[in-house]
Amino acid sequence: MSIIRPYGDTTGDGMVQLSFTLPVPHDKRAEGAAVQLANKMGMDPALLVHAKQMGDGFTFFVVYGKVNHLVDTDQVQVVERDFPLLSATEVNAAIKRRLRRRLNVVGACIGTDAHTVGIDAILNLKGIAGEKGLEYYSELSVTNMGAQVSVPELVETARERKADAVLVSQVVTQRDAHLQNTRAMSAAFREALPVGKRPLLIVGGPRFDELMADDLGVDRIFTRGTTPREVASYLVHALAAGSPTK
Amino acid sequence: MAGKLDLDPRTVRTARRLAARAGQPVVDLARSHTTVSVERAVLRLAGVHGADQDGIPWVNRLVDAVRADVGLGHGVAVPVFHAMRSTGVDDITVLAQKAAAGAVRFDLPSTRAESTAARRAARSQAGAGLKVVDRRRRERDRLIKRFGDPRQRPWIYLIVATGDIYEDIPQAQAAARAGADVIAVIRSTGQSLLDYVPEGATREGFAGTYATQENFRLMRAALDETSKELGRYVRLTNYASGLCMPEIAALAGMERLDMMLNDSMYGILFRDINPIRTFVDQRFSRQVHARAGIIINTGEDNYLTTADAVEAAHTVTVSQLLNEFFAHEAGLEDWQLGLGHAFEINPDLPESFRLELAHALLARELFPDAPLKWMPPTKHMTGDVFRGNLLDGFFNLVGALTGQGILLVGMMTEAVVTPWLSDRDVALQNVRYVLNGAGSLHEDFVPAPGGFIQSRAHHVLSEAIELLEKIVDDSLLDAIADGTFGIMKRPADRGKGLDGVAKHDEDYYNPVTEALEQ
Repeated sequence: MSIIRPYGDTTGDGMVQLSFTLPVPHDKRAEGAAVQLANKMGMDPALLVHAKQMGDGFTFFVVYGKVNHLVDTDQVQVVERDFPLLSATEVNAAIKRRLRRRLNVVGACIGTDAHTVGIDAILNLKGIAGEKGLEYYSELSVTNMGAQVSVPELVETARERKADAVLVSQVVTQRDAHLQNTRAMSAAFREALPVGKRPLLIVGGPRFDELMADDLGVDRIFTRGTTPREVASYLVHALAAGSPTK
Repeated sequence: MAGKLDLDPRTVRTARRLAARAGQPVVDLARSHTTVSVERAVLRLAGVHGADQDGIPWVNRLVDAVRADVGLGHGVAVPVFHAMRSTGVDDITVLAQKAAAGAVRFDLPSTRAESTAARRAARSQAGAGLKVVDRRRRERDRLIKRFGDPRQRPWIYLIVATGDIYEDIPQAQAAARAGADVIAVIRSTGQSLLDYVPEGATREGFAGTYATQENFRLMRAALDETSKELGRYVRLTNYASGLCMPEIAALAGMERLDMMLNDSMYGILFRDINPIRTFVDQRFSRQVHARAGIIINTGEDNYLTTADAVEAAHTVTVSQLLNEFFAHEAGLEDWQLGLGHAFEINPDLPESFRLELAHALLARELFPDAPLKWMPPTKHMTGDVFRGNLLDGFFNLVGALTGQGILLVGMMTEAVVTPWLSDRDVALQNVRYVLNGAGSLHEDFVPAPGGFIQSRAHHVLSEAIELLEKIVDDSLLDAIADGTFGIMKRPADRGKGLDGVAKHDEDYYNPVTEALEQ
């Protein structure tokens, strides 16, 4: 089935829910304004189920309603996982077999971002969601630089450790800091190292769009819900698949 | 509340004794070292203010100049006040400006009389700063008497974080009107690693607003207005952490902030600040907070965001015991100890709620007179806002059942966006419903003798004692280097800010420490 619409309690009913705040006190006119907004967003009929004033000049609304839009799942563009998901044993075996040395990974949160939760979840032995982090993989040599690492520091460390892959985590998105930082990072690597010597550049964070890899100048973007095993599998796919030398 | 867990008082005494033994070497280290930020805090209290054209505070320029001429080991007070006498400059900020221009050369007094005169002048000027702090404390007491404290415990603690102090102010006032008893202004990401305190009112920050003296003043004045309007004293919180914690503590004291985040190890573990730098800065800042009547908030919740909240539960207890020891040593009283812990157990784990209750009650019973700070779930907030709101409700219920002192309001949009107006409203509604609905349920909540909750609490406490024994054997600095807390490994000879640390020379003099230790 490629054409679908939202499901409330009956196939094809098109029901959705929405909540938002308008900067007006709560009265009849405010409720009308909320319905008008819902209508303009394509909800028709729009059923205002909850309205509550907050402070002096704001009202919070919850609206349920029917949308007439159709969605064509064939038209959806996503990055599907294009590599096999391997177990830790398989990852280690593949690296041993193909690289014949440990694969070097350098990770950091760059810029002013101090949120190491993402990079730590992927790199720390502890891992996340019951999966051990990359430090657990015997054939991966992991350097976790932590938070607030400058781009030159990262490039220098990557060079020093002969990094095969650089993992950068970005959580803070205020003023698109995550995009700016990532572009600055990929540009610095392009400038510092020739093609072939450059490590694989991977960024991760909850607010990235996976389709933006080319735009940001990186090899791969991982978004929310990524586990260490997926990253390890990707590293093998990108660096230790095919010919025995890098 | 005491006695619900049937803790053996001897075991509790053992835990405290071990914490003191583990902490003492660090205190000795702190007593024999100084840092650039401690010295700058002294000069701020002595009246240095303002910044140069590039925004570098005069106090930084002055300490750098003194350090270049005579080093840091004597303390800056004597060389600075000796220079004031010998140059005839009577305004300390003017002296800093001249020093920055290279027009002053610092040296140590050559006679005992000169040295005594410099010390006397330093004592008197820095004492004037401490008098401001004392006056502010009396002012707070007066305002609390006039406007009153919150009617309920726990106090409701809400965060604002727009990056622009002029946006923060109306948001903070609105939050107070909506029921917040404590407003925390989150700092700009990265401020902890600045080795200076920015100046003036600021409108540009990342995920938070810079902590500056002027921002402190503006927000406190606005909340005083709101306190008056609401008939309830609204407290203001900021962060005495990072490389400038001693200075920020001094500024907080002078601008009547009411609570400060001030953990003994957070900077080491989570910001990779050098351990010695942190412990020296910590001790001084806690002494200032003690004097200013400020409640400190410690950061144990953070360990649970990186480590597993069940496996690492005892590291929270250990850190609380250490924080308590360091706090008492610095002169803080129990009512000033907002020891932290958090609701971070994986909700998919069977009995997770029971475990949370056991851990929260353990903290309550170990520290019966401390206003514990109860932190909401963050690690297992997934973006499913409906589930998040439910988790926050259970978090609030633990707070009500275990008599927490300060409740940081959890947002269902944690990990999604910085809180929207409506998120805050929904969150406060959640808190109000639970506190109101549960009422005095804590009176009826008595865990079964020998049951799950009691056994779990005893188990965590015994693990904490084991770990403390290990720390006593290895030393706290080694434990930190080995990654005992929050999995981060932080050796004592690494980390940011180490170059700003100096060992005391024999003639080290610090008029503020002297006054605070009297």
